[in-house]
Amino acid sequence: MTAALKDQAETAAFPPGTIIGVDNIVKRYGDFEAVKGVSFNVGDGEIFGLLGPNGAGKSTLIRMLTTLIPVTAGRAVVAGHDVSKESDAVRRAIGVIPQAMTSDIDLTVEENLTIYAKLYEVPKAHREKNIAELLEAVDLTKWRKAQTKTLSGGMRRRLEIARGLVHGPQIFFLDEPTTGLDPVSRVAVWEMLNRLKERRKLTILITTHYMDEADRLCDRIAIVDHGKLVALDTPLALKATVPGSSVVEVQFEREDAEWQSKLEQLPGVTSVESHANGLYRVLSANGSQTTTQLVELAAREGQVIKGLSVQNTTLDDVFVYYTGRQLRDEQVKAHGFVMPQRPGMQP
Amino acid sequence: MTRMFAIVEREMRKFFRSPALMMVSMMLPLVQLVVLGNAFGGKIRNAKIGVVDYDHGSQALKIHEAFQSIAVNIRTFTTVDYDNEQQAREDVRTGKIDGAVIIPSQYSRRVLADDSPAIGLVVDNTDQTMSGALEQEMQSLVDALNAPQIQPLVVQSIALKIVELYPYVEYMKYLLSGSVALAMYVAVMIGGGMLYIDDKARGIHEGFLVTPITRLELVLGLNLAGTIKAVLSGITLALIGSLAAGLGVIFHPMIALQLFALIVATSVAFNGMMFLMMVRVEDPLVPRAMFGVLNTLLFFPSGAISPISGFPKWLKAIAICDPFTYAVHGLKAIFLKDGGWVAIRFDLAFLFGFGIVTLLVATPLFKRTL
Repeated sequence: MTAALKDQAETAAFPPGTIIGVDNIVKRYGDFEAVKGVSFNVGDGEIFGLLGPNGAGKSTLIRMLTTLIPVTAGRAVVAGHDVSKESDAVRRAIGVIPQAMTSDIDLTVEENLTIYAKLYEVPKAHREKNIAELLEAVDLTKWRKAQTKTLSGGMRRRLEIARGLVHGPQIFFLDEPTTGLDPVSRVAVWEMLNRLKERRKLTILITTHYMDEADRLCDRIAIVDHGKLVALDTPLALKATVPGSSVVEVQFEREDAEWQSKLEQLPGVTSVESHANGLYRVLSANGSQTTTQLVELAAREGQVIKGLSVQNTTLDDVFVYYTGRQLRDEQVKAHGFVMPQRPGMQP
Repeated sequence: MTRMFAIVEREMRKFFRSPALMMVSMMLPLVQLVVLGNAFGGKIRNAKIGVVDYDHGSQALKIHEAFQSIAVNIRTFTTVDYDNEQQAREDVRTGKIDGAVIIPSQYSRRVLADDSPAIGLVVDNTDQTMSGALEQEMQSLVDALNAPQIQPLVVQSIALKIVELYPYVEYMKYLLSGSVALAMYVAVMIGGGMLYIDDKARGIHEGFLVTPITRLELVLGLNLAGTIKAVLSGITLALIGSLAAGLGVIFHPMIALQLFALIVATSVAFNGMMFLMMVRVEDPLVPRAMFGVLNTLLFFPSGAISPISGFPKWLKAIAICDPFTYAVHGLKAIFLKDGGWVAIRFDLAFLFGFGIVTLLVATPLFKRTL
C-alpha cells in the first residue's frame, strides 16, 4: 500500500481536510479515567483551542496526541498517521511546546535551537537558515548568544515556540503557552503565534486557562471537563448557546421586595437574581433594551439607581454554563475570593 | 547517530558550563586521598610507655638500655618510670600513657637461672593500632633479649627472609586506586544520575520525547555523555592524585594507555549500573538518598581501603559482584605493580561486560513515553 493510500485509509473515518482526527479516545490510569471517550476533528490551518480547568484532562489529551503517553482506547490520527501505530511519523509532523519551560537554561538560545534541530535531523544547510528565520520571527536575534537563564519569562516562552518550529512542522501543539506571563508578554505571544501561523501555514492546537486568549486566538474551541468534551464550536457560536446575551447589574438605593417581579416582567429578561443591599443581576437577551426600560421604570417608580453595569456574554459565561463552575476556581479560592455565578447559568 | 550525538553535545555543553560540578565530583575523593592517606598507614611515633621496675637487677638494666635505644632510634615510644603497677595501669586506662611494661621482682635471677622469666605489657586494646604497634615492638625486643650470647655449634633457628617485590608503598599510594574509582563514581552519580532525574523532573526529557529520537539513541546518548564525564573525572584525579602521592608511572606511554583503557571500562561499568538503577526513578531525592548508601556498599568492600581477604564471606560476596573491586584491582596493578595488560585484562573484561549487560537490561526498561 502506498503512503498516500495509507494516509487516506487512516483518515477515512474523518471528514476531508481533517489534520487531527480524534475518535472516542480514552485514557485510563488504573481505575481512574482521565479522558472519557473524546472525539473531535481539527481542520488544516485551523487554530483549535482546548479549554478546561486544572485536572479536566486537556493536558492528558494533548499528551496522547503528541505520542507522549499511550492511548488506552479509541483512535487518534495526526497528519494522516495513527498516534499509536506510527508515533515516529507523527513526531516528525508536529512541534510541541509543553506546559513547563523545558529549554536548557545553561545553553544559549542558539544552542537550544541547534540541539533540537539535530534531534529532528534537520540538514545542516537548512538548520542555520531555519534558526536565523525563527529567531527573527520571535524577535530573539540579538539574544542568540545569550544563555537561556538570562532571559525573561516571555523571552523564554518565545524561545520555546521557536524551538517547537525548528524542523518546520505542519501542526503545532501548545500546552498553556502563556501561563505565568504578564499581560504584555501574553499579547506579544498571541500576535507572534498569529504571524507564524500565517507565514508557515500551521495548524495549531492550543490548551489554555485564559478565556480571552481562546476568544482572540482560536477559530474553534472545545471545552473539556472531567475528561469529557462538553462543548465544541466557534467562540461566537458558543456564546450564542448561552441563554441571554447580557447581564445587567443594578443596585437601587431602597430595598424593595417587589422589584424582583417587576424586573422579571421587563422584555427580554430571562432571569433575575436578588442579592443583598438592593443589588439585582438581570440576565437578558437584549442588554441595551432591558437597560433603557429598567432606567425608565426606576424613574417612574421614584427609585434611585445607585449603580448600573451591562456585560455581554463572554467565554467565561460559556464555560460556567457548560461546566457549572469557574474555569480557575481553585486558584480564585486560594485567594479567598469566589466569583459569583451569573443568574441562570446552570445548563 | 546525529540524534544520539545531539544528546551527547547537550550534556557536554552543560557539563563544561558548570565547572563547579566537576570540582564537586573530585572533591570527596581528593579529600579522602589526602586525609586518609596521611592519617592511616604511618608508623607509630613517640608513644609513652610506663616502666615499673620491681627488679632493678642486671637483666632489668638490659631492658632499660633497649628502651633508650628505641627512644633515640626508631622513636616508637619513650619511657616514663613508675613506682607501682597499680598507678601505671590506671594511667593506661585514663590515656595518660599508651602502655606499661612491668618488670617483676626476681626477673634477673630467673633469667640467669633459666627459670621461665617473663615481663608484662599492659596495653589499651580498645586502640588496636597502638596496642598492635607496641606489642610488635616489645616482641622484637624480647626476641633480641632471647638471642643467645654465644652461638651454639648447630644453629637451629630458621629465619624467614621476606622478599618485597615493590618498593615500600605508602598508604596514600595504596589509596590512590580507590580514590580514582571513587571520583568516577561521584561523577557518574552527580553528573549522570542526579542530573538525569533532575532533567526528568523539570520536563527536559518531555522535550526530547516529542522528537523522533529512538529509545536506543536516547539511552546511548545519555550513557555516552555520562561515560565521557566520568573518564574526564578519572583522568584528572589520576593526574592530581599521582602527583600528590609521588607516583610517576602514569607518565609512561604504555602505562598511560592501560590506565586510560581501565578508566574507560570503569566509566562504562559505573554508567551502566547507575542507569539501570535510575531508569525508572522519577523523584529527584532518590539518587541523592542512594548516593551515600551506594558509596558505602560499593566502595568499602572493593579492597580500596583494606584487603578483601580479610572480609567475612558475605562481604566477599558483595566484593565479587562489585565493579569497584575490579576497578580498584586494575588501578592498583597499574599504579603500584606495573603488571602490564596481563594484570588488568580480567578487570577490563569484567568492567566492559558489566557495563554492557546492565545497559542491555536497562534499555528495555527505559520508557519512551511519560
